[in-house]
Amino acid sequence: MATAGAGARFQFASDQSLLVYFDSGIEEDLSKDRPPQSPITLQANEKVRKLLRLLELEPVEGVRNLHPAYCSLLVKFDVLKLRYDEVEVILRGYLARLDEVKLPESRVVEIPVCYGGEFGPDLGEVAELHGMTVAQVIELHSSVEYRVYFLGFVPGFAYLGELPEALVTPRLASPRRRVAAGSVGIAGNQTGVYPFATPGGWRLIGRTPLKMFRADREGLSLLTIGDRVKFTPIDAERFTALEKA
Amino acid sequence: MSVIEVQSPGLLTTVQDLGREGFGPLGVSASGAADGVALRIGNRLVGNAEGAAGLEMTLLGGAFGFTDGAVFALTGSDFGATLEGSPVEIWRAVEAKPGQVLRLGPTRTGARCYLCVQGGIEVKEFLGSASTHLLSGLGGYAGRALKKGDLLKTGPAKNSFRARRLAPTAGERLAPRKVLRVTPGPQSDWFSEAAQQIFYSSTYRVAEESNRMGIRLEGAEVPAPSSGEMISEGVALGAVQVPEGGKPIILFVEQQTTGGYPKIANVISADFHSLGQLRPRDEIRFERIELDAARALLIKQEELLASEDLLV
Repeated sequence: MATAGAGARFQFASDQSLLVYFDSGIEEDLSKDRPPQSPITLQANEKVRKLLRLLELEPVEGVRNLHPAYCSLLVKFDVLKLRYDEVEVILRGYLARLDEVKLPESRVVEIPVCYGGEFGPDLGEVAELHGMTVAQVIELHSSVEYRVYFLGFVPGFAYLGELPEALVTPRLASPRRRVAAGSVGIAGNQTGVYPFATPGGWRLIGRTPLKMFRADREGLSLLTIGDRVKFTPIDAERFTALEKA
Repeated sequence: MSVIEVQSPGLLTTVQDLGREGFGPLGVSASGAADGVALRIGNRLVGNAEGAAGLEMTLLGGAFGFTDGAVFALTGSDFGATLEGSPVEIWRAVEAKPGQVLRLGPTRTGARCYLCVQGGIEVKEFLGSASTHLLSGLGGYAGRALKKGDLLKTGPAKNSFRARRLAPTAGERLAPRKVLRVTPGPQSDWFSEAAQQIFYSSTYRVAEESNRMGIRLEGAEVPAPSSGEMISEGVALGAVQVPEGGKPIILFVEQQTTGGYPKIANVISADFHSLGQLRPRDEIRFERIELDAARALLIKQEELLASEDLLV
């Protein structure tokens, strides 16, 4: 049931939700037996953010939730109020107006990280895999400004990209049962911070003392979709001081 | 206002309502009662709005002292409840006198039993809902499962006691299913004919490590799609994802909001409450239906839940 148009592709996901995929202007070959997935691009992600923004500014009656990701948006709707094809028609109307959407100025957020040791148990292995020293990995990871593509998985988990090519690392073969809150991990060309103690398969290279998600904070999540993020190396002493602050 | 004293919490008892929708952009999933139908009926029985907060017990129930008396109803699965030693029937409104204690035991049927009290359980709402989100420690009673000694407040009672129960015909129609109806998932085309054949013809067993985040299945492995990893995308409640290794996982109420495994199918909305009653080692199957049929089933279910004949 995939349909092309308006630079976007629609796909029903469940009886109460559909996915809008952005293919970043690439004409797709629908004759292929397996539909191509949208490549991760800033351009596609910007369309996701614009559609999300428009749907937040002008909510559609009957749309209940939105799950943004790299180059897609899951739209959940009330089946008793809307039919799948009605939602698609409404969304096409929104898509036609994406060019007029102004995204808010993106903030730059600095995240202090204590790399290695017990906080980053995989740092040594990551360095080894890439034939680098630990210091080089830290230098490289903290040298780049990352973009928050979206928040997902668990409350406040920001998917950050892109990792410098030289640091691209596959995730762990078997995920850890428990990753401590604040852990900074890398997986593929992504990096991110675990807001809560959860199971996780990303390679852990450090930890931040900052709380990524707090119920008592305005906006709740430290990071928002579209933010730019810089990691700053700190030592264990500074970590402890910031943790207490 | 009156107070309920948690004398024993049971295995895993949390405050739940119908969840918080609308916070996907923050990575916050809806949470809410695992068997929403049971919670709604429980609330109807005691005269609450159907989305009022109640207690969700899992596999083994607790003991609750009604310090000031209460009108309550137990719904969902039968946990062999007694009030001051006398058996309490589920699916009906019951009046407890001040000081009486409700005790529940291990389940005799499905995974979850709901305790709804007149006035509802009052907790500080988080993002517009009383539901507990266990993983993040947010919402509900202090963001956690109940412990011995917790004191729960209930809201003001708006109605007088009426000894009503769920109509037997309605109960039959809403009974939890073991054959789960699904619509194709967004990546169903990625799976080979043979893989789909295995998925739809096999009986799966619910694994021990299943919880409110996901129901893990054991049984015939579904061959994963041949080429490449997919890019993470938003995932729907009830999505059946197939990780490497081929053991399907059904994403449930405390689900991750995005994920990177291909989804072969999605449980229909009308069968969500059946998921909430699945116990470890239960055996289930999947039956594929069309989108229109799924919608029609939900509309019929909602009509039944809204009808005057639901309770007698």
